[in-house]
Amino acid sequence: MAKVELFVNGRAVTGEAEDRTLLVHFLRENLGLTGTHVGCDTSQCGACVVHVDGRAVKSCTMLAAQASGSTITTIEGLSPNGELHPLQVAFRENHALQCGFCTPGMIMTSVDMIRRHPNGLDEATVRDQLEGNICRCTGYHNIVKAVLDASDKMGKGAVKAA
Amino acid sequence: MGVEGIGARVLRKEDKRFITGKGRYTDDMSVPGMKHAAFVRSPHAHAKITGIDVETAKKMPGVIGVLTGAELKADGIGNLICGWMIHSKDGTPMKMGAWSPLATDTVRYVGDAVVIVVADTKGQARDAAEAVDVSYEELPVVVKTAEALNEGAPQLHPEAPGNLIFDWDIGDEKATNDAFAGAAHVTKMDIVNGRLVPNAIEPRATLGVYDAGEDHYTCWTTSQNPHVARLVLSAFYNVAPENKLRVIAPDVGGGFGSKIFIYPEELICLWASKKTGVPVKWVADRTESFLADAHGRDHVTHAELAFDKDNKILGLKVQTIANLGAYMSLFSSSVPTYLYATLLSGQYDIPAIHANVKAVYTNTAPVDAYRGAGRPEASFVLERIMETAARELKVSPAELRRKNFIRTFPHQTPVIMNYDAGDFDATLDAGLKAADYEGFEKRREEAAKRGKLRGIGLSCYIEACGIAPSAAVGSLGAGVGLWESAEVRVNAIGTIEILTGSHSHGQGHETTFAQLATERFGVPIDSVSIVHGDTDKVQMGMGTYGSRSGAVGMSAVVKALDKVEAKAKKIAAHLLEADEADIEIKDGDVRVVGTDKSLPWFQVALAAYTAHNLPSGMEPGLKEGAFYDPSNFTFPGGCHICEVEIDPETGVTEIIQFVAADDFGKIINPMIVEGQVHGGLAQGIGQALLEGTHYDDTGQLLTASFMDYTMPRAQNLPSFNIMTTETPCPSNPLGIKGCGEAGAIGSPPAVINAITDAIHNNNLTMPATPQTVWNAIQAAK
Repeated sequence: MAKVELFVNGRAVTGEAEDRTLLVHFLRENLGLTGTHVGCDTSQCGACVVHVDGRAVKSCTMLAAQASGSTITTIEGLSPNGELHPLQVAFRENHALQCGFCTPGMIMTSVDMIRRHPNGLDEATVRDQLEGNICRCTGYHNIVKAVLDASDKMGKGAVKAA
Repeated sequence: MGVEGIGARVLRKEDKRFITGKGRYTDDMSVPGMKHAAFVRSPHAHAKITGIDVETAKKMPGVIGVLTGAELKADGIGNLICGWMIHSKDGTPMKMGAWSPLATDTVRYVGDAVVIVVADTKGQARDAAEAVDVSYEELPVVVKTAEALNEGAPQLHPEAPGNLIFDWDIGDEKATNDAFAGAAHVTKMDIVNGRLVPNAIEPRATLGVYDAGEDHYTCWTTSQNPHVARLVLSAFYNVAPENKLRVIAPDVGGGFGSKIFIYPEELICLWASKKTGVPVKWVADRTESFLADAHGRDHVTHAELAFDKDNKILGLKVQTIANLGAYMSLFSSSVPTYLYATLLSGQYDIPAIHANVKAVYTNTAPVDAYRGAGRPEASFVLERIMETAARELKVSPAELRRKNFIRTFPHQTPVIMNYDAGDFDATLDAGLKAADYEGFEKRREEAAKRGKLRGIGLSCYIEACGIAPSAAVGSLGAGVGLWESAEVRVNAIGTIEILTGSHSHGQGHETTFAQLATERFGVPIDSVSIVHGDTDKVQMGMGTYGSRSGAVGMSAVVKALDKVEAKAKKIAAHLLEADEADIEIKDGDVRVVGTDKSLPWFQVALAAYTAHNLPSGMEPGLKEGAFYDPSNFTFPGGCHICEVEIDPETGVTEIIQFVAADDFGKIINPMIVEGQVHGGLAQGIGQALLEGTHYDDTGQLLTASFMDYTMPRAQNLPSFNIMTTETPCPSNPLGIKGCGEAGAIGSPPAVINAITDAIHNNNLTMPATPQTVWNAIQAAK
């Protein structure tokens, strides 16, 4: 068994897990954070994407023990004060989700994508960077729209703040 | 309140929980004492089981139970069945082989479940499953659709000699032969529609809970139709009587048909919960989904289309072998018959059609309905052969279609369907204009200058949704009626709950169904809630598949709303001392037309429940239920146009534009409809370009993960150019046709027609991967 100490969604948590426990299973089963999903077993679908120390990581590619000491943000922690993150708003306003299963991973990936592209995004880049997230419902059309929309709005916000 | 009523682009009520991680899917459910299951599955495609040794596994850490098919049988649990009876052309009933939920003596595909292990943790269950020792004696294997009927092919089921499940036909063979005899031109084609794996992103899962105190079962499951699940689990598999079994399908992460069927795992987990005394949860991993979810399509077809000297169609002949896999899944027999061959007339006036379908067993996963279910196969046959005929006849593919369009309705086809309405010129015109079809040759020349092969392809599809009049499907062999139910409960303060037998697994019913009540009573959409997916809450319903929730499910809601409205008007007339006929309900008020007399909506509701002052003899309350049985199928249709550019050096296809002009009849929420079209197109284009299911000759599934099976990703697809025309459906009260599957039905032939146009080689199988396309380019040189 491994001792796991994490800072998850602003809260310090500790727990024990089998050495082989993946971070996604620790989040779901030990912490009850079921917003992070498992859609495959080959790290392809991206339904399990969370942020580890601020970067998007497929939480099925990491052991819980490996993550120990890290700061984790899951979909549940994206809007800590109850106010939706601009990407959550954009997904709703652009109808970028249907069944909702891939959505948490899509949003967490997209938040990181926008962070890495402070000067904005174009359609080709968004499509390319969504390579690690599979959606079976939307055909990606509205997901791409939502990411571009949020990137736009967040960019404008940043300019204003500066 | 027009902004929230019918036709409004209302944002989804259900979104908040999904975007904040608060969705509740089956794997998110947890009950006290819950344990985890793993299945031991056959590693062989065909083998005799000569022994099952569970002793080592039973002693492994955390193991609570290791159960076999023999124990399941001993407890009286029934075999899995197909619920749609097809009769062969000689009148004999289809030959259904026995499908034991856990195999006892023979396994027939890789993934066939043999043993269930229940343990404290998922890891322990898997470890113990590895320790179960099943001895097999391997048998010869048949995998390929076209080989199943060969003389000497390995036999799967003693009940089905020669692996032939049924040999069925439709249409008039003699009339068709006569039509061909007078033909000026006949186009002939061999067409393969490959096998697909549905791959909803949420894997199938179930949690079975037996309550010994009440002798009652609860089944959480990833189902598109919880009531059908309960019916089948009770009536056919003998798990428990319906009143002792609650089925809950909570948030479900996509279905696409694959979650219609009742699989072995749900019923085994229910049984295992009683057997072990603990709640049992099972969640498929992705490879299990690939192996053991019902697959789609898998047809091998020969088609011939006859024309007269004016290029009018005289007749169509189709022979199809449909691979149903190793066992007959729940609705498998209906897919290559009444959902396929009845659509072979397409948008065209074809005087004579004859189709023969042979359904066969092979040592592969069962095949059943997958988005479109039969209609994509029909549309692929007809739209490929139409495009091919146009090339042979050296006429415009668009004009050949137009020349043969049906223009008067109702139109009786030679293959059962009676089209009630349509305007195929309208969708063709809209598509051609949006795609600038006329300007294509210039674009082809320009691309050629850059060394690229450019092509354009059309598809004018029709499909049938809103399945279906119960008596009609009953006469065709369906084991169930295909009506839908609704209950509208107006609460005492005027808020509304709509209980529907439809199930939403991404379609947005919590929004669109609420729009109906908002439209009717002018109440804010937030005061309307949709209740679905739980047999303890909702009256019997038939569920969601075949694009039926709008045409059938909403029609049931409309019927219930009619009754509520009628009663509310009676109450209001009484309270306002007016004539019932003068009452109107609008913008949240109940008024006497032409006067200033009115009551707020909630006061009428309150009056119904206080019952202090109701019309004489009226029962208190404001709650009405309805069952709606459709009078016909609905017939969405449209025109899809794909334009591609191919790099002849690499065979890589790029979709330059994809236009879809669809007629879905009346639309309740355009935003939702567009989303349905986008998703359908992605699945259809996925089939055309990317998705291939490959078994090797020993029956091992080579494409059993997302590393091997190419799912469409964002970078594989373009943004779509979609539009709708509107010919209301006369067969249901809202005029709805259905939109869930059209994208997947219309798009594959459009893509393949475009590629074959670009490379000047019509011999191309799906998926048109770069290698396939490159080879076809070389072959054409």
